[in-house]
Amino acid sequence: MDKFTRLTGIAAPMPLVNIDTDMIIPKQFLKTIQRSGLGKNLFDEMRYTQDGAEIPDFVLNQPAYRSAEIIIAGDNFGCGSSREHAPWALLDFGIRCVISTSFADIFYNNCFKNGILPIVMPQEVVDVLMADARKGANARVTVDLEAQTVTTSDGQSFAFDVDGHRKHCLINGLDDIGLTLEKAASIDAFESRNTALRPWA
Amino acid sequence: MTAPRTLYDKIWDDHVVHQAEDGTCLLYIDRHLVHEVTSPQAFEGLRMTGRRVRAPEKTIAVPDHNVPTTLDRANAATMTEDSRIQVEALDKNARDFGINYYPVSDVRQGIVHIVGPEQGWTLPGMTVVCGDSHTATHGAFGALAHGIGTSEVEHVLATQTLIQRKGKNMKVEITGSLMPGVTAKDITLSVIGATGTAGGTGYVIEYCGQAIRELSMEGRMTVCNMAIEGGARAGLIAPDEKTFAYCMGRPHAPKGAKWEAAVAYWKTLFSDEGAHWDKVVTLKGEDIAPVVTWGTSPEDVLPITGVVPAAADFTGGKVEAAQRSLDYMGLTPGMKLTDIKIDTVFIGSCTNGRIEDLRAAAAILKGKKIKDGMRAMVVPGSGLVRAQAEEEGLAQIFLDAGFEWRLAGCSMCLAMNPDQLKPGERCAATSNRNFEGRQGRGGRTHLLSPAMAAAAAITGHLTDVRTLM
Repeated sequence: MDKFTRLTGIAAPMPLVNIDTDMIIPKQFLKTIQRSGLGKNLFDEMRYTQDGAEIPDFVLNQPAYRSAEIIIAGDNFGCGSSREHAPWALLDFGIRCVISTSFADIFYNNCFKNGILPIVMPQEVVDVLMADARKGANARVTVDLEAQTVTTSDGQSFAFDVDGHRKHCLINGLDDIGLTLEKAASIDAFESRNTALRPWA
Repeated sequence: MTAPRTLYDKIWDDHVVHQAEDGTCLLYIDRHLVHEVTSPQAFEGLRMTGRRVRAPEKTIAVPDHNVPTTLDRANAATMTEDSRIQVEALDKNARDFGINYYPVSDVRQGIVHIVGPEQGWTLPGMTVVCGDSHTATHGAFGALAHGIGTSEVEHVLATQTLIQRKGKNMKVEITGSLMPGVTAKDITLSVIGATGTAGGTGYVIEYCGQAIRELSMEGRMTVCNMAIEGGARAGLIAPDEKTFAYCMGRPHAPKGAKWEAAVAYWKTLFSDEGAHWDKVVTLKGEDIAPVVTWGTSPEDVLPITGVVPAAADFTGGKVEAAQRSLDYMGLTPGMKLTDIKIDTVFIGSCTNGRIEDLRAAAAILKGKKIKDGMRAMVVPGSGLVRAQAEEEGLAQIFLDAGFEWRLAGCSMCLAMNPDQLKPGERCAATSNRNFEGRQGRGGRTHLLSPAMAAAAAITGHLTDVRTLM
């Protein structure tokens, strides 16, 4: 997993609420056995017509946002399925951070496993960031994970919360499985206790 | 004496392997269900790192999302190349890693969330995960069950644990009894209508109350299945005699002395009097009507007697979303929901693909024909549900009415197999998501119960099933 420390980039405004995982990556692209290559189909049905032509109005097709690295989104971003193809597609496109008032739990969790930082901010801050993002490519937003701040193009800075363990893993690009396997003795002990307590399980 | 605990607290406490100072827990997983879409990258990860599956005996795989449901599916040509590769990858991974497997050719194959309970893998008090958000279904047994992403699938395969932080407790109580024509699907949709699709985010929901107690296990699975559509990762229902009766004698349920010990433990699985709830929602069972969705979010729910709303009826970001939904769905504000014409009916999915669902639909269809030009299909949730429905004569009722009678799979719920809507087609579906493009690009989905789907198939428009009873 790529580390995430500090990012300065273009933020794309996507104010629609309830952007679901079927919008982020429609099911026809889930038939892959790889993690990579999904960026071209990110937001596929919002981004292209049925014959594959770009829909010019869609934000990531606009010249200012084609290389966006941050999305400022409406409420409940990532609702729907557990497909990790959603963060894989965002990452493959180049998105490293999504900021919204709320995220669906499974999507939120999946982001951290892939080096993407989802940030929850109150409505009034999202409103400011959304307005900043609408200014286009010259308005670059800075996300500093170490300091836990988001700074707009005109220097307004906002603090955000993030779970300590997740922050540590993101900053260091750590693999959860390796960390858990260090606790193999605890898992062995639990299994012994459990076999006695709940032998049917 | 310990403080009063909720059912969720109790299951959680019994599965904590390790707790870090910041509250992050390593949680033991009793059952790991696997399907072909969200697992290939996880198995590949194991291969690349030389890791094995820690508990293959607790890992159960079945292909369901991609598989064709037509009778000729044994012929590989019925599958697209990429679907076939995914299913073959699961065949190989199940073999290489020695996990329990129900291949397409096995009569027990079906939707993972129907196969798990049917085979007795899902039992009260367990932790159950799967790379699929509708894992919430298993909560009907009083099991803590939720969806995970592929990185977590790999984590569970390698360690039989998950890194978790505890969620909050939410109680959803349905008091009293349901009125005739009202089903578990109407309960679960009505709850989402009341709380919104983010209302349960960060919570585990326990459904309780007389109307929940009165549901069969099939109905309880329908309710918990859609907890995720309300934002909650997991839904729970405390186990009772109905739960024990359902589990007893299933292939992987305990037997003899182990069964007795299990039931004694299961009887401790309820929320204590005085336990703390972070949020409580109460609906009266008798107030719940047969409902349908009009928009492209499961929270867009109305009683069938209602009319299509206008975007101006909403506030905030929902105004734009509602307008987008109305445009996508091709609906005019003010029109009666019962005037919405339907051209496709889909009965099936992990929400409503069980035997009771097929009985409810068949009861409405018996001796009737579907509307001319209607495309209607029943996709049983498993090969065993299909066999039972044939034995009970339900299959013949569907066939006589003009329905297609399919083999088991996820099918048109998410349209990863050949069962899809074309742009502009409008489907009455017993599945769980009405998102844009969910059943096929440009396809329009109205979610409803199996009985309501059967009613729509007969009349050709959304219909109050109570008028046909």
